[in-house]
Amino acid sequence: MTQLEPTASPILRMEGVSKRYGGVRALASADLVVFAGRIHAILGENGAGKSTLIKILAGVVAPDSGRIVLDGAEVGFDSPAAANRAGIVCIFQELSLIPDLSVADNIAISNPPRRFGMIDRRAQRRLAEEALERAGAPDIHPLALVKDLPLSRRQMVEIAKALARKPRVLILDEATSALTAADVAKVFVVLKRLRQEGLALLFISHRMHEIAELADECTVFRNGANVATYAAGTKTDNEVVEMMIGREYSHVFPPKPAARANGAAPLLEVRNLSWTDRLRDISFTAEAGEVVGLGGLDGQGQRELLLALFGVLRGVSGEIRVAGAPVSPSSPHAAKAKSIGMALIPEDRKTEGLMLPMSVRENLSFAALGRVSRGGVVDATRESKLVGEMIDLLEIHTAGTDAPAGSLSGGNQQKVVIAKWLMVEPRIILLNDPTRGIDVGTKQEIYVLLRRLADAGAAIVFYTTDYDELIGCCDRALVLYDGAVKRVLCGAEITERALISSALNIGTEAEAAAATGPRR
Amino acid sequence: MSDWRYRLAQNRGTLLAFVFFVVMFAIYSSNHPAGFSANVVQTAANKGVLLALVAMAQTFVVITAGIDLSVGMVFVLTNCLASWIVVGTATTAALGVVGVLLTGLACGAINGLIVIYGRLQPIVATIASGAVFFGVALLLRPIPGGDVYGPLADAVTGRIFDVAPASLAALVVVVLVLWVPYRRSAIGRAAYAVGSSETAAYMSGVPVGAAKFCAYLLSGLAASLAGLFLTFVTYSGEASAANGGSYTLFSIAAVVLGGVSLFGGSGSAIGAIFGALMFRTIGDLMFVFNLDPLWQPLFQGLVLLAAVCVGSARLFQVRNRLELFP
Repeated sequence: MTQLEPTASPILRMEGVSKRYGGVRALASADLVVFAGRIHAILGENGAGKSTLIKILAGVVAPDSGRIVLDGAEVGFDSPAAANRAGIVCIFQELSLIPDLSVADNIAISNPPRRFGMIDRRAQRRLAEEALERAGAPDIHPLALVKDLPLSRRQMVEIAKALARKPRVLILDEATSALTAADVAKVFVVLKRLRQEGLALLFISHRMHEIAELADECTVFRNGANVATYAAGTKTDNEVVEMMIGREYSHVFPPKPAARANGAAPLLEVRNLSWTDRLRDISFTAEAGEVVGLGGLDGQGQRELLLALFGVLRGVSGEIRVAGAPVSPSSPHAAKAKSIGMALIPEDRKTEGLMLPMSVRENLSFAALGRVSRGGVVDATRESKLVGEMIDLLEIHTAGTDAPAGSLSGGNQQKVVIAKWLMVEPRIILLNDPTRGIDVGTKQEIYVLLRRLADAGAAIVFYTTDYDELIGCCDRALVLYDGAVKRVLCGAEITERALISSALNIGTEAEAAAATGPRR
Repeated sequence: MSDWRYRLAQNRGTLLAFVFFVVMFAIYSSNHPAGFSANVVQTAANKGVLLALVAMAQTFVVITAGIDLSVGMVFVLTNCLASWIVVGTATTAALGVVGVLLTGLACGAINGLIVIYGRLQPIVATIASGAVFFGVALLLRPIPGGDVYGPLADAVTGRIFDVAPASLAALVVVVLVLWVPYRRSAIGRAAYAVGSSETAAYMSGVPVGAAKFCAYLLSGLAASLAGLFLTFVTYSGEASAANGGSYTLFSIAAVVLGGVSLFGGSGSAIGAIFGALMFRTIGDLMFVFNLDPLWQPLFQGLVLLAAVCVGSARLFQVRNRLELFP
């Protein structure tokens, strides 16, 4: 089969698909048309709606409104299994493999070949070997346990598993991000063959050169809607970045100080920090009074960097200095000690930040129990005083200090998490996406608070998936890509254009392109 | 050849349990005054098979990353029931056996429904249901007593051709009829998948609810087989809280000794059976070495601790400490 005419009827069509999560609009009347025998790339920055779109197609979430038409018939999927039966198979970024089962078991998981009601292991073995061969990974033994394979091999198993389901529409959601360069080349050969065989492929990637090599057409998403669809190769990287820019500004940020006093040793200094293959040789400094932002696409090592600093990861190499003195925190308990003075506002307040059924007062005291107790006994008077001060300082709206933390609104819960760490009076405050899923009003209060803490002499390292916050809040921004610092932007250099192009790892090229006209 | 290497690695827990049991039993029988005789083996088998069946019941649920704290109570309940209905003629006794097994299935179904549709944690759901099952057992047998159909009881607890213990043969039949097909069925595969990673299983289109339900169902069935066998051994029914409690806890010990992961997703009922036989042999060993039986719980505890330590050695390799908290 050769490439179909664009006028041929599409295999898949999404029309006016919308989805809200609580108050957050993830998709707003998005459209997408996919043809068989084509590779269709989807581009967009964090939160543009790509992953919601994929989840709807894969049957993981149900859309609020809109139509999905497959082969001319309207369809709706209530589970991943239903989507698979219709021929839509998704290779997810977070792996869907079962660690304790063998490769062959995993490849045949949804519908193993059976004889007399029992799984026919020989047939399954053949099926697995075929699928691995087709995926370009015949070196993987079908009997190996998935948990014993390295990440890149697992990703190949994931691809083989998808192929074994005989999909008509195959979705690859950042499926190449964990692969080695050699594997990427093999996978590309496979994908091109599948295109020849008439499959429709949806390819989500942030690697522009991969899209350039593979895609027939591209759709750019922004603010939950498709903003442009064009034939691959007709736009420069620069134009693509341009299309991805244009978020609605909804935040008000406190003013940044014009210039800081310089000269003293930086409060936090990180040199050549590495951990497994997730962090590569990261070096940066944060001075007292400075807000350093961590940017880049989601999952490029930002979380791991914060966890490494906070003593959660084992086997971290490199050097961490606090106020000039080398430290190596071996646990959060060590990291919060006076000599280091770190605090980490974790990513998921419901599991890592709060004990939801316990009272606001108890939650606020957990990190600072040493400060509020004497001889191992909690001093109730001192505790109430400090807790009261914190509640006033952050304007936490609660029915009382004994109300369970779970009874508070999301924004106020997040304030409790932050206040809990302020109780230990940290010098270095690490924040992992602290404004995710909270209302605009509370976000602004948090921005003001961060700036006040910095002015009072703290060094702040702030990971956020929201580029506006990097622009509005941070004195400096480190853009991470694949576990390494790709670029450092200072002051006025922190612009949406610079953030997006360096997050996509096309930074310097895009600017060169802007200066010299279209590449290629 | 490399296929064998993989199979060996994946069944290491089961094989280790088997080897340990054989070594322990060899020490036991070679030091027994009567030696490796049919009588010694038969007595050991009858004791061992009881726990082996309960351990098997526990395994079904543990593989799905759950735990069934009602297995001992289903065991006691079906024992009490059997002492009422597995009596009379061959026909009524046969009907009685069917009734006992159906009761076991019903107990399992209740557990399954509570866990899957009630969305309660297995540990709480089965403590509660176990108390109910024990309550029913008490109503059935306020004081120990009852009877059982003699010819069947003698056949199952006796010897085949005067050499091999019939109870072991019965256990092998149960494994061949219940476990082996289950292990190779799609629903059995699904149970392992759910235990290993429920999210990934769901995302792969595995029938998560059905797999769990089936596991609890089979757990109830295996526990009722154990209850039936207890009736054959004792010729009576007794609503013993001590029996119910200790068999539940010993079944968990046997499962761990047999290399079944309490986190779910790996291990085999065959391993758990050898774990159970091993656990029983510890007591026998103390007997032949003339140690005070008072030491038995202490030694069983030490063996269990050692086994758990070996099982959790992998935690030393974890690079992200957050992964230490499942």
